[in-house]
Amino acid sequence: MANGVATEAAARLPASRRRAARRFARHKSWIAFFMALPLIALIAALVVYPAFYSLYLAMLNKGMEHFVGLGNFSFLFRRDLFWMVVKQSVIFAVSAVLFKALIGFVVAHLVHNLPAKGQRKWRGMLLVPWVIPPAMSTLAWFWLFDPSYSAFNWVLTRLGAGAVPWLGDPLWARFAVILVNVWYGAPFFLIMYLAALKSVPEQLYEAAAIDGANWWQKIWYVTLPMMRNIIAITVLFSLIVTFANFDIVRILTAGGPIDQTHVFATWAFQLGIEGGDLPLGACVSLFMFPILGVAAFFILRDINRRGNEA
Amino acid sequence: MKPKSLRRERRWALIWSYVFLVVFAVIFLTPPLYMLITSLKTSAEISAVTLPWWVFHPTLDNYYALFTSEAFLTFFRNSVVVSLAVVAITMLISIFAAFSLSRMRFWGSATLATGVFLTYLIPETLLFIPLFKIFAFVQEWTGIELMNHWWVLIVIFPTLTVPFCTWIMIGYFASIPKELDEAALIDGASYFQVLTRVFLPVALPGVIAATIFAFTVSWADFLYPMAFTTSVDQLVLPAGIVTTLIKGDVFNWGQIMTAALLGALPPLLIYAFLMDYYIAGLTAGATKG
Amino acid sequence: MAQVNLRKVFKEYDEVPAVRGIDLDIADKEFVVLVGPSGCGKTTTLRMIAGLEDITDGEIAIGGDVVNDVPPKDRDIAMVFQNYALYPHMTVHENMSFGLRLKKVPKDEIQRRVNAVAGILGIGELLERKPRQLSGGQRQRVAMGRAIVRNPKVFLFDEPLSNLDAKLRVHMRTEIKKVHQKVRTTTVYVTHDQVEAMTLADRVVVMNAGLIEQVGRPNELYHSPATLFVAGFIGSPAMNIIGCALEETAGALRLRLNGGLAFPIPEERVARYRPHAGKPNLLFGLRPEHVTDLRGPTAPGQCPFEVTLDVTEPMGMETLVFFALNGVDTCARTNPLANLQPGKRAQLLADLRYMHLIDADSGRVL
Repeated sequence: MANGVATEAAARLPASRRRAARRFARHKSWIAFFMALPLIALIAALVVYPAFYSLYLAMLNKGMEHFVGLGNFSFLFRRDLFWMVVKQSVIFAVSAVLFKALIGFVVAHLVHNLPAKGQRKWRGMLLVPWVIPPAMSTLAWFWLFDPSYSAFNWVLTRLGAGAVPWLGDPLWARFAVILVNVWYGAPFFLIMYLAALKSVPEQLYEAAAIDGANWWQKIWYVTLPMMRNIIAITVLFSLIVTFANFDIVRILTAGGPIDQTHVFATWAFQLGIEGGDLPLGACVSLFMFPILGVAAFFILRDINRRGNEA
Repeated sequence: MKPKSLRRERRWALIWSYVFLVVFAVIFLTPPLYMLITSLKTSAEISAVTLPWWVFHPTLDNYYALFTSEAFLTFFRNSVVVSLAVVAITMLISIFAAFSLSRMRFWGSATLATGVFLTYLIPETLLFIPLFKIFAFVQEWTGIELMNHWWVLIVIFPTLTVPFCTWIMIGYFASIPKELDEAALIDGASYFQVLTRVFLPVALPGVIAATIFAFTVSWADFLYPMAFTTSVDQLVLPAGIVTTLIKGDVFNWGQIMTAALLGALPPLLIYAFLMDYYIAGLTAGATKG
Repeated sequence: MAQVNLRKVFKEYDEVPAVRGIDLDIADKEFVVLVGPSGCGKTTTLRMIAGLEDITDGEIAIGGDVVNDVPPKDRDIAMVFQNYALYPHMTVHENMSFGLRLKKVPKDEIQRRVNAVAGILGIGELLERKPRQLSGGQRQRVAMGRAIVRNPKVFLFDEPLSNLDAKLRVHMRTEIKKVHQKVRTTTVYVTHDQVEAMTLADRVVVMNAGLIEQVGRPNELYHSPATLFVAGFIGSPAMNIIGCALEETAGALRLRLNGGLAFPIPEERVARYRPHAGKPNLLFGLRPEHVTDLRGPTAPGQCPFEVTLDVTEPMGMETLVFFALNGVDTCARTNPLANLQPGKRAQLLADLRYMHLIDADSGRVL
């Protein structure tokens, strides 16, 4: 039809033609599936499967010959050490994340207030703790806390305060472990929050200033709401990573003194790998999961809800 | 002109900012600095407990000892091989997966794209025990030597790196306008050519950032090596230093600190030269996701 | 021969129809413009010709060969995108030669072709620059150069001028027309701007809601629109469309604009319109240039009338006046020297020799 007007054609296609078109579309999606297959296979085989397997493993006896159901679980519940590990892990994770977030937030503001040229230099210096492999830097702290040669104690005794048994006393050991974790993780929060601060439009602050807000109110009413998402994400990830921390505790105290600084990971390692009781170790590890799951659920739900509001 | 009081206020705020920043910088940089100082001391000087914060008789003996120590060199070599292999595998898997998830559609691809980072909810500290058993079992069944060999790390480390690298790449790929692929398709490119000649060059910053992340994570991992490798010739650097140099009651702190410093060097060097990419990799996850 | 034929082409996205069965024949070397409001299906049609969208049903043939299952790279087409889609990491030269390099064309041939096209478009000096160093107009020309250098059977343009400012748009319009005269290739051009359509096209295809309303030369569409939609879409300021009734009294046919003016139907139209007398829902269409100020004697078919003007817009060469006829905002193009004033009554002349009578129910021009 060269000129003129097209006649009204049927509004819907006959069903058979539609199916043919869809078959062609599916061919392209096979290529897509195969490209993503290695990823799916990796996660399925080395993450999802072991996770479920550990459930099964936790229900075997030490020799892994027969099934004992919830025997390992009830065994743990009755032990005081188990509850102490739970308490320690929670205190460790929550307080460390709190301080990391706070310090990261404060220092991010400090860097953000600098003239732009200098920011890069400071940012570079301040991220160093996070760049160094945690095992290596923990060794340095181990040396700094050494009972005989601690460089900190050297300063403290010179100042008249007396030496501190950093790793020898249970309470100080817990403090030391949290301190090292905060030292290691705060720069991460710093970097994230600094990036987020830059994305808050300057005009919002100007509007707030005109409305009469002081610096504290600007932070409460402008900065924090705008950064809600990033704060939630970083806190969630940090809770997971801190809760599951192994390196720092293992190197500094190996769980001591008298098992007082054990977290789930180090205790599971001691029981499972060093003690040879894999099912019990698996059982201990599994207790991390529900707590992580609950935290993840709440924070993810919060993010989604806020995402829909925006 | 700003009123004098406002300028003075600003200047005081800036001064206090610098003061606190210096404090934090000192706190953050003290341990690595102390590592360096200790590494230059002789054992004699260390046990003499003179001022620990300064070196009076600097020596390179510790460095020399490590560079001639077969154990240390083995650790270093193992780490390099494992890390480079893991980086290669990771980037291969991640790039293809990211391309597929950000550009093409198949059943479940949307959930996979947003959910890939959820794998981090299952930390290595949960997985290392079942994996230990699984590897032992596979070795029994098939005879492939998996226990106490460094190459098992090449298999397992990607679980730590691939999800995040994929996530970073998806963010970068998604920000490339669709018209660019279409223009390339019309110009005559196959899907593979679109990936290699258009996508990768344009998303190069993301690729570099992901590569850095993969390397750093493989180099620094401690738990999996501790669990799966025990003989001296199979250890990688972090696990090697901790287990072999800390034996018994006498620690050779000079050597330990030197080893720790050398072990921290590759990531630090990469960071120093490619700092912007390093940081971009971290924050990309936040701002784009 | 590079003609393009569309036969009963359908496109559905998850059961939602975007293109509902169109037939179109584009001759070799013809410049055809698909024009219509957003969502009318013009871009979808273009992308189906390009192979970037699957065809749900129907056939598309390029150069006589059906290309439904042929991927874009084998269709021998080139496309210019709305936001240029230049490869940011390649120089202008590399952008233009990318397609040729993929086909492994020898280097000296590539060089020759790129230089020739750069010459036509005046971008010879930009060959070593990267896209981010170019202005909008320059990028647009590079995008066109990339298409021309491939020497394809068909050029496809997807609203290429929408991202340019008004002045640049007018300039580039002329450039495109000049290029088409030099490089005579079949071209399918999509735009929502009817001025672009009218000025560039050999033939214009007006689309609406997935269907073709009318296909024809620009002047045909302007003076003989076939549907209400085309009548209202083409032309700026738009045609005046007013509800009316056709009365027949004592053998004479009259147009009554509901509740007011009545105009006698011109002699030459009476036979054509008589069958529709008394029908409800009729519309009267008259372009603004056919409603002028009253000056001098009137010819048969021209009908004087009087109204109160609401607004006048002096444009220099003419003054647009707006008034309400039957509740509808009506526009007339008057001589500035007539000095018509808003708020005052004015004598205007409607030239019914150019009128259109439209059936509102079917949308057809009668």
